[in-house]
Amino acid sequence: MQVDMALLCRFEGVLTQISKIAQHRTFSVSTAAAAIQKMTRVRVVDNSALGNTPYHRPPRVIHVYTKNGVGKVGDKVLLAIKGQKKKALIVGHKMPGACMTPRFDSNNVVLIEENGNPTGTRIKVPVPSHLRGKEGDFSKVLAIAHRFV
Amino acid sequence: MAASVRCVRTAICSLRAFGNQNERFLSTSLPRLASGGDGDQPPKFTPPTKPVIIDKTQTDATLRRFLSPEFIPPRQRTNPQKFRLERKDMIQRRKVLNIPEFYVGSILAVTMSDPNDSGKSNRFVGICIQRSGKGLGATFVLRNIVEGQGVEIRYEMYSPRIQQFEVLKLEKRLDDNLMYLRDALPEYSTVDFNMKPMTPSLSGEVPVNTLKVRMKPKPWSKRWERPNFNIQGIRFDLCLSPEKMEEAKKWEKPWLEYDMLKEYDTTQLEKNIWQEVQQEMSK
Repeated sequence: MQVDMALLCRFEGVLTQISKIAQHRTFSVSTAAAAIQKMTRVRVVDNSALGNTPYHRPPRVIHVYTKNGVGKVGDKVLLAIKGQKKKALIVGHKMPGACMTPRFDSNNVVLIEENGNPTGTRIKVPVPSHLRGKEGDFSKVLAIAHRFV
Repeated sequence: MAASVRCVRTAICSLRAFGNQNERFLSTSLPRLASGGDGDQPPKFTPPTKPVIIDKTQTDATLRRFLSPEFIPPRQRTNPQKFRLERKDMIQRRKVLNIPEFYVGSILAVTMSDPNDSGKSNRFVGICIQRSGKGLGATFVLRNIVEGQGVEIRYEMYSPRIQQFEVLKLEKRLDDNLMYLRDALPEYSTVDFNMKPMTPSLSGEVPVNTLKVRMKPKPWSKRWERPNFNIQGIRFDLCLSPEKMEEAKKWEKPWLEYDMLKEYDTTQLEKNIWQEVQQEMSK
């Protein structure tokens, strides 16, 4: 903190100081995990009310429905979100996949109901195109996506 | 005799004009011939000026002597025949697909076929942040921010799925690897999908963009201030204190630049391979 203050004094102008103070976080954060596994924080990218209302803890993966425990695009996960358990579909992750497939800067999921229908009505970010080639019935999720990369 | 010569001339002229441009044939060549036909003394025939056709779809070959870096084999004990065979295949692919000259920091648009989307194609525009791999497996990474979401795609250069390469902006940056754009502010990796290609200069040096980026607050994916990355394109003075920069210098290895065993002089190799590629491409 003292180092930061010393740094601040070097900058002239009140505006930069204010922005610097606003930027400073009092708690430490780690970067998001690249692989989606248990306890990974994820970003809900649809417009469902559950995924978009602010809550004091981020949604976390508490189970991945795969054999090896690592979720990729097209896999289903169980989320702990706002004190509830909710299923979700992975639509993009930080971990690099095969060549010619996109890698995203965040771990994106879309909330789905038990029967596989999406909770929201729109996906706000681009969806990887190879989700269409995965087996599984994602037609309703693909229908609410409006951009593919 | 003169009439027959004129006939032949008109035929050639009309043929030429017809082959090149239709409106030219109608506007300039016809009145000339008509006026020459009625007079006693046929006026001296002046052939119409040769039209300069600029095909904007076909990019010109650069006048720079450029060899794509994946042609240069890495320094290792692998049988050189492997690289020779791969070069042959790469040239075969380059004869079909125009793979232009580009560098890390250039803005590219790549069209690839999408087998999941019933054979349609998929175009992605982004800034090239890394080039890696040698031989047929050479790859490069394009990065862009689409609707607020950072997206990176690693393309295989010689993949048969790639249909078209376009260089929208040819330039270099201060570093050979721009992976730090992941931790920079999003404005530095945002590229418009509808960007118009800028006409690159065909000769002379490739322009170097001396842009220095501002970073997001820490934590970063890598400690970019460490000397092993040797990053020039980051404004470290805005995000790190001088004490931290001093501390990062503890990892400096200034003796490595005098290590003669680490030197890999590729000038002669490059020259030979360039000649080989030019020969094969002209066949």
